[in-house]
Amino acid sequence: MIAIVDYGAGNLVSVKKALDWLGQECAITSDPGQVEKATKIVLPGVGHFASTAALARSGLRDAIADAIGRGVPFLGICVGMQWMFERSRESPETPGLGVLRGECERFPTSVKSPHVGWNQLEVDPSSRLLRGVPSLSFVYFTHSFRAPVTGTTVACCDYGGRFSAAVERDHLFGVQFHPEKSGEIGLKMLGNFCEL
Amino acid sequence: MLTKRIIACLDVDGGRVVKGVQFENLRDAGDPAELAKAHSTSGADEIVLLDISAAHERRATLLDTVRRAARQLFIPFTVGGGIRTLEDAAAVFSAGADKISINSAALADPAVITRIAERFGSQAVVVAIDAKRCEEASRWEAYTHGGRATSNRDAVEWAQEAEDCGAGEILLTSMDRDGTGVGFDCDLTRAVADSVGIPVIASGGAGGARHFVEVFREGHADAALAASIFHYGFSRLVDLKQEIGSQGVPVRWPC
Repeated sequence: MIAIVDYGAGNLVSVKKALDWLGQECAITSDPGQVEKATKIVLPGVGHFASTAALARSGLRDAIADAIGRGVPFLGICVGMQWMFERSRESPETPGLGVLRGECERFPTSVKSPHVGWNQLEVDPSSRLLRGVPSLSFVYFTHSFRAPVTGTTVACCDYGGRFSAAVERDHLFGVQFHPEKSGEIGLKMLGNFCEL
Repeated sequence: MLTKRIIACLDVDGGRVVKGVQFENLRDAGDPAELAKAHSTSGADEIVLLDISAAHERRATLLDTVRRAARQLFIPFTVGGGIRTLEDAAAVFSAGADKISINSAALADPAVITRIAERFGSQAVVVAIDAKRCEEASRWEAYTHGGRATSNRDAVEWAQEAEDCGAGEILLTSMDRDGTGVGFDCDLTRAVADSVGIPVIASGGAGGARHFVEVFREGHADAALAASIFHYGFSRLVDLKQEIGSQGVPVRWPC
């Protein structure tokens, strides 16, 4: 069973709807016990980085860290991906999970923020999450902060400079865009994650 | 490159898609769920469903319509019409909407924007402004209740206040152009787009590809919405996007 982690930030229905469409057994849950038993974990997230503080308070952070330690595949979406990094300038006092090195930062003032709409990916063909996703594919973004390009980046996007659109290391995956809102190409990525 | 969004709008009354000219003379144009899916397949970047009967009469079918349409939509889906409270918004989100659009209720109590944004994120809150040009030159007033009453608020000032309250996007409809097919109101769109930091969706008046190019170039719109030009086969979305793209405006194509 895929656990879609609910920590009170935003609307998880569309992620569930996409996984249902792919025929996956999944459940929206805020119960750390259920997250520990999951075969895969999806952490969506919208809004402010500070909202991820609820993960620590509720015991979900420990449950996720424990599952990741046991090799359970994990996918962070949007703020869920940013949380995989060490911290974000959006809320410096809220620690990220820190499984990826780096800090999320605001877009430069040279571009309109938030970055909302369909933008293109520059894809690393070795990515497992993005298998079958050609470079220049369009995906849907909506965010005001962005993660840096690092050694774990498997897709870049350019908006006021390049940033990490997708990251991948072992069984850890993160996407800044919304695969559940990115049409057929987004469903393909979610399908790839489900098949791991 | 970040593309300009082409948004297909479904105006729904009593569970059926309708479209009027300048907010009146409604005609039946089909089933919302089927049309939403068809638009998505032919390249719409986003779907907006507006329940135009909502602000003045009760409807039980909206949530069911939203649920049916959302089930097979995997692009952003906005629902508006008659959303007055955080609870109304929550019900629409649970039915499968990604964003809600709020109009009259936000004008009556701007704090409702903040309440919904705090719970669901600013990206989920679209403030819709129905603007009508005033007698004196470059000024527009925001109207409420489907264009039936003026709020006596300046549309540009209201857009700025909505942004401050936590709106993530502005859906700006020119009442003067709505349903006419003579082109978007580029002056209105530019006045609002240049005054706020959040994306502005231009609406009202689309008749052909050149109108979209105009509103992106001269109106500084981030996205443009149309309804009637898609419904009756006047203009297939695929052809429209190709034509807009061929004039140098970045669009999502092929999708």
